[in-house]
Amino acid sequence: MSIWEILIISLVKILIIVVMLLLTVAYSVYFERKISAWVQNRVGPNRVGWLGLLQPFADVFKLMFKEDIIPTAANKPLHTLAPFIALFVAFATYAVIPLGPPVELFGYKINLVVADVNIGILYVLALTSLGVYGITFAGWSSGSKYSLLGGIRSSAQMISYEVSMGFSVAGVLLMSQSLSPVKIVEAQYGWMWNAILQPIGFITFLVSAFAETNRLPFDLPEAEPELVGGYHTEYSSFKFAGFFLAEYANMAIASAMIVTLYLGGWQVPYIEKLGLSYTLTTIIQIASLFIKIGALLFFFIWVRWSIPRFRYDQLMSLGWKVMFPLALANLIWVAALIMVFGL
Amino acid sequence: MSLQKREKDLTVLQKLYIPEIVKGMALTLKNMFRPNVTLQYPEVRFEPSASYRGRPVLVQENNGVERCVACGLCSRVCPALAIEVQAAETDLEKERYPQKFEINMLRCIFCGFCEEVCPEEAIVMSKDYELVFKNRDEAIFGKDKLLVPVENLKDRLEFLRKFK
Repeated sequence: MSIWEILIISLVKILIIVVMLLLTVAYSVYFERKISAWVQNRVGPNRVGWLGLLQPFADVFKLMFKEDIIPTAANKPLHTLAPFIALFVAFATYAVIPLGPPVELFGYKINLVVADVNIGILYVLALTSLGVYGITFAGWSSGSKYSLLGGIRSSAQMISYEVSMGFSVAGVLLMSQSLSPVKIVEAQYGWMWNAILQPIGFITFLVSAFAETNRLPFDLPEAEPELVGGYHTEYSSFKFAGFFLAEYANMAIASAMIVTLYLGGWQVPYIEKLGLSYTLTTIIQIASLFIKIGALLFFFIWVRWSIPRFRYDQLMSLGWKVMFPLALANLIWVAALIMVFGL
Repeated sequence: MSLQKREKDLTVLQKLYIPEIVKGMALTLKNMFRPNVTLQYPEVRFEPSASYRGRPVLVQENNGVERCVACGLCSRVCPALAIEVQAAETDLEKERYPQKFEINMLRCIFCGFCEEVCPEEAIVMSKDYELVFKNRDEAIFGKDKLLVPVENLKDRLEFLRKFK
C-alpha cells in the first residue's frame, strides 16, 4: 500500500467514527429523555419529527442560536478553551476502539480500528485523565463559586476513581498480556470474556466508569441542588453544548471501553461453529459490538434514573475504602487464575 | 465523621448495597412498561366531570334571557371581589335583571361560592378551563362572554340538584 492509500483509508475511517459518534451522542441524548420519561410514566419528546426523533437536532440548533455569555470575572482564554478540551478528549479516545475483525474490502486488508497502537489502553487512560482538565479549567476560569466547587469535586473524584480503574484494567492486561485493544478483544474468544473470568474487576471498572463520566449516582461536579449547574454554570450557547456533547460522548466511550475490555468487544461466542459465510460472520460480529454498546448506554441511563446521588464523603470513602481494595483483590484473583490454570 | 447512631441498623445484605440497587432498578424497569395516562393536549382535550369547577358562567334560558335576577348575592359572597353586578328593572316576570354583569377572571379563584349562594341557579361553574387573554381589560368578562345556553350546562345543573 502506498502512503496515499493508507492516508485515504485512515481518513475514511476517521470520518465514519466521528459521524457515528456524533449520531450516538445525539441519540443517547434523545434516549436519555425518552427513558427518563418511561421511568416516570411520561411520554417524553414526541413533537419534533416522527416520535420526536429530530429532537436532539432541535436542541442543538436552539443552543447554537443563543447568546454566548462570558462573565466579567471569567478568565477569557481558559473559559473558551475548556469546552474544546472536553470535546477533543472525548472524541480522540475513540481512535483505538476496535469495531470488528480485520476485513478485506476492495482488495485491501483493513483493520476496523482507526489506530491499532500497541499501547492503546494506556492512550485511553491518559486521555480520560486529560478530560479532567476541561472540567477543572471550566470551573476555575468561570470566576464563580459554584463552578469552582464543581471543578474541584470533579478533579478529586476523577483522581480517586482512576486508581481503582487502573487496577481493574491491570487484571485485564494480565489476562491478555497486551496493551493493545485489538489483542485484548482477540484474547476473549468463546466465553473467555473478562466479565465472566473476573466479575469483581468488571464491577469495579463499571463503577469507576460511572465516576469518570460524571454520571449519576456520581455526578457531583454538576450536582444541581447544591451547585446550580456545577462546572458549567457560567456557560451558555455552543460552549455549553460542547460540555453537553462531551458528557454523552464520554458515556459512549466508557461503554465502548467496557465492551472492549470485559464483554469481548466484537466477539460472538462460538459463531465460527455455525458455519456461516465469512461476510455474514463479520457483519454479525460488528453488529454485536454495537448491540453491546447500546445495551450499556441503556444501562447508564437506566442507572441515572434509578439511583440517587451519593454524598461527597460517601463517594470518597466508597472510592478509597471499597473500590480500591476490591480492584486489588481482583488483581490477585486474576494472578491466581493464571497460576493455577495457566490461562 | 461523627454521625448520630441510626435508629435502625442496616442488615449485612443492605450494607452490601448491590441487592438494594438491583431492587431499585427492578422497580424503575417495571415502571418503564406501565401504560401512562398523558393526554396529547392540543389534539386531545381533558373532558372534566360534572363536579369540575371551571370558569363561572351565567345560565341563559331558551328564550335568550338570563336567569339572573341581579340580587347581588354572588357579588357579596365573592371572596376575591371579582364579580360586579348592576341591576335594572324589566317588564318580564322576574322584574329585575343585571344590566351589567362582570367577572374579573384575573381575580376569580374558582371557589364556587357564587354558584352555591345563587337562589336562582343562575350562575354555575362550567367545564371551561382554557382561559387566555392578552391584556387586563380582556380579562374582565362581560355578559357577552358569560351567557351560556342552558343545554350546555345540563351536566352541572343536574349535579347541583343532586349534591348541593
